[in-house]
Amino acid sequence: MSTSLLLSAVLLLPLLSGVAAFATDRQPSLMRWLVFPLLGLAGLTAVGLGGHVLLHNTIETFIYAPGLPWLHWHFRLDPLAGFFLVLIGIVTSAVSLFGPGYVREFEHGKQPLSVLGFFTGLFVTGMLMVVVAADAFSFMVAWELMSLSSYFLVVYQHQNPANRRAGFLYLLMAEVGALSILLSFGVLAGFGDGFSFEAMRAAPLNLTWASIAFALGVLGFGMKAGLVPLHVWLPEAHPVAPSHISALMSGVMLKVAVYGFIRLSFDLIGDVHWAWGVALLIIASITALFGVLYALMQHDLKRLLAYHSVENIGIIFMGLGLSMIFYGTGYPLLGTLGLVAALYHTLNHALFKSLLFLGAGAVLQRSHERDLERMGGLLKRMPWTGLFFLIGCISISALPPFNGFVSEWLTFQTALQVPNLESGVLRAVIPIAAATLALTGALAAACFVKVYGIAFLGKARTRRVRRSSEADRGMVLAQALLAVLCLLFGIFPTAAVNAMNHVTRTLTGETLSTATANGWLWLTPVSADTASYSAPLVFVGVLLALLAWALMYYVMRPTGRVQTERGDTWDCGFGPLSPRMQYTSTSFTMPIRRIFAPVWRIHEELERESQPGLPLEPKQIRYQVHAEDVTWKWFYAPIMQLLHATTRRVSRIQTGNLRHYLAYSFVTLLLLLWLIT
Amino acid sequence: MNDWLLALIELILFVALAPLFSAWVKRVKCWLQNRRAPALLQPYRDLRRLFAKQVLLSHNASPVFRATPYIIAGATLLAAAVVPFISVNLPTAAIADVIVLAGFFALARFFLALAGMDVGTAFGGMGSSREMTISALAEPAMLMAVFTLAMVAHSTNLSTVIDQLLAQGLVLRPSLLFALLSLVLVGIAETGRIPIDNPATHLELTMIHEAMILEYSGRHLALIEWAAQLKLLIYGVLIVNIFFPWGIATSGSPGALAIASGVVFVKLLVLGVLLAVGETVLAKMRLFRVPAFLVLALTLALIGLLSHIILEVG
Repeated sequence: MSTSLLLSAVLLLPLLSGVAAFATDRQPSLMRWLVFPLLGLAGLTAVGLGGHVLLHNTIETFIYAPGLPWLHWHFRLDPLAGFFLVLIGIVTSAVSLFGPGYVREFEHGKQPLSVLGFFTGLFVTGMLMVVVAADAFSFMVAWELMSLSSYFLVVYQHQNPANRRAGFLYLLMAEVGALSILLSFGVLAGFGDGFSFEAMRAAPLNLTWASIAFALGVLGFGMKAGLVPLHVWLPEAHPVAPSHISALMSGVMLKVAVYGFIRLSFDLIGDVHWAWGVALLIIASITALFGVLYALMQHDLKRLLAYHSVENIGIIFMGLGLSMIFYGTGYPLLGTLGLVAALYHTLNHALFKSLLFLGAGAVLQRSHERDLERMGGLLKRMPWTGLFFLIGCISISALPPFNGFVSEWLTFQTALQVPNLESGVLRAVIPIAAATLALTGALAAACFVKVYGIAFLGKARTRRVRRSSEADRGMVLAQALLAVLCLLFGIFPTAAVNAMNHVTRTLTGETLSTATANGWLWLTPVSADTASYSAPLVFVGVLLALLAWALMYYVMRPTGRVQTERGDTWDCGFGPLSPRMQYTSTSFTMPIRRIFAPVWRIHEELERESQPGLPLEPKQIRYQVHAEDVTWKWFYAPIMQLLHATTRRVSRIQTGNLRHYLAYSFVTLLLLLWLIT
Repeated sequence: MNDWLLALIELILFVALAPLFSAWVKRVKCWLQNRRAPALLQPYRDLRRLFAKQVLLSHNASPVFRATPYIIAGATLLAAAVVPFISVNLPTAAIADVIVLAGFFALARFFLALAGMDVGTAFGGMGSSREMTISALAEPAMLMAVFTLAMVAHSTNLSTVIDQLLAQGLVLRPSLLFALLSLVLVGIAETGRIPIDNPATHLELTMIHEAMILEYSGRHLALIEWAAQLKLLIYGVLIVNIFFPWGIATSGSPGALAIASGVVFVKLLVLGVLLAVGETVLAKMRLFRVPAFLVLALTLALIGLLSHIILEVG
């Protein structure tokens, strides 16, 4: 089948799925039999097309009739687009497996299912179109399609005022970001004399204009990706959308922003300057640390995951920043290493964050809880979801042998190549960024111990959670798919790096051939002497440990030679333990809250209901901690104040007197006449 | 093939000697504190006794609780396999570099903390919370020390690092001195020794590691105890073999191996004495003093890194 036909299929199938959703108002079962299967088919086609382009290293340009009369839509398939097509395709397929079971609870809801299905289709179309667009016009159309349709998905349950507020904030920031991207393209198009990416690539830019285009790109794409302090919409919008949409938004849409950034800086601008890399590295380090520290303080599961997206975007951009530093100072091979680390982490984050959001969705559907403080013991009620969620937690905490570890390890290896640089300052700054990454990783592990320990282990804290049961088959299968991929990309990193070589060849002109030079068993980013990691052998080691357990459990125990008895948990002799005696999410993070206190604006509330005559034995104590995002106070409040002050000044000319307005019109007319003549 | 066999023998020796090292530290501490020391073989007897006993599980324990001891033992064994003990240039050393080594410990810790929260007691949650906090602070300090080493030796592979340092001969490097100090502090925090945690106490206000394993018994407890002893020995071997690498076997000849075994044995004896002295003269810290301790470790590592950049390069 020709790639052109496949490309049309990739773009039209999700659109078709969206249109088909209109029939579901009368026939809700169509959602299961038509809308989601079409979406899944679109995902699989995207994986197929992307994989083909990536592995065969093809570059093809297509021109389609729609568009402006003088600028038809240009689409281009190259390995970078292929890589992101695969990424979007995988998550879309998983979501289409998960969706039918999940949307069942919306069937009798206040909103029509058709709206959800229609905008989901549009949303996926938009994302797929962004990565294949090859001129600024179609790129912006696709970008807006993605932003606007996701806005409607965020406000899907609009009876809730919090959702409307989150949706408005999202829309506002998405549009400001889009404007910034447009301006950045404008700079390139102005010098390149054309809106096609081909012309922009050839634009002769001096350093100042290139820096301006780059800065606008960071602003625009950073707003979508969630770089601090532009991240504030993210923890508001992601939690309120339906969970499978959260998975798409957090797992894929942020990656589309990463795609746009890579396309702009490495491909369209081309010669990156090392100073940009330094700026990006600093922003990214702050983003990563900020994201994880705020995630620790959350007890709404989906909000916590959204803050972790901020953290992981920070890690991805750290890799990109390192790549720019090395690439800009004349070490293209090391720059390629950083780029591979960033791309790998992009893929990994898409996999495990979608997995975690789908898991959170399954928990939400079954227990109707998003608050960690009310969960507990879910592993026994939802064993499969619990297992896959655990895999997601291990992956995102960057523990071997899962996939998150590989990409963080590659980022560390890039940072370790710092002795090659001449500048002493850079040699001191990069290790500090790496230490931030280490702190971030360790805090993320602490956070996911908290999440898993509070939600899935221990005892159930509320009755609804105690009565929850396993999610239906499709939802479990979707999680299983992503979990298996997390493991596979963790134990076969050499294959993934080999595939990514095609992407880097088109961007930096280098491939990381040394990384896989010693066979599939060994990943050696620079050389075998410098550093090596054998993920398959590590996996075998862990597998042997688990086999030892299985041997004990299934072979030795039935023979009666090893004995296991059940008893009560030790209660210090004070009588039965209640679920309320367990550590909570708030108490788990108390030491961290105390150590890093200045990072948050902590609001503590203590309510005491005392009993008459017994002042020392209160009947009820309520304690609540809320960590407010400091960017509101330090970054957004001044902007708002400025805006208010300006509008107040401007409003002075609004007198409400008709004669004044006539005078304004007259003066304006005079001015225009003067301008024309 | 011979190399793999040698690696296996070294690993078995490593694992077998771990309880002995703990016993040695305990013995020296007893001498210093005017107590009668238990026999050097006592940890082995304890392990044998625990392995023979039946396991008593809480009603609330999930599969995570039961799998954890095996995962901890497996991860710690993997860590032991990649640390050069008697000879360098073994094939197992290439499985993982020092960052992956930290990853193995992180994996073990992740599961231990989960197991602590599994049975649903306040003790377990308390231990998990403290352990994860302390490890989060220790991680950057450890990585900075590793960075310094990696910059001096141009590698993160432990075997290559030791080779490089041996080849450079006896040069006094301030950077390595600071890195050593930093790594010692991190090692103390990570292995739960005084002044961070006291392995000999079950006082609820102070315990960290013991709080997480309170519900374990029988072979599960044996595996965890053994892994803890192994972790202590790994940190000991890391410190003596990286910063004082002289005597380690660079070839597989029996003579070199015999000498190397003797040398590493003596080095560990000395380190054990130093650790015992340290634990005797220091008192356990309050939990919220620990950040200051670890920030000190981080600062030392940073100074080491900067002194390498300023004094030793270019």
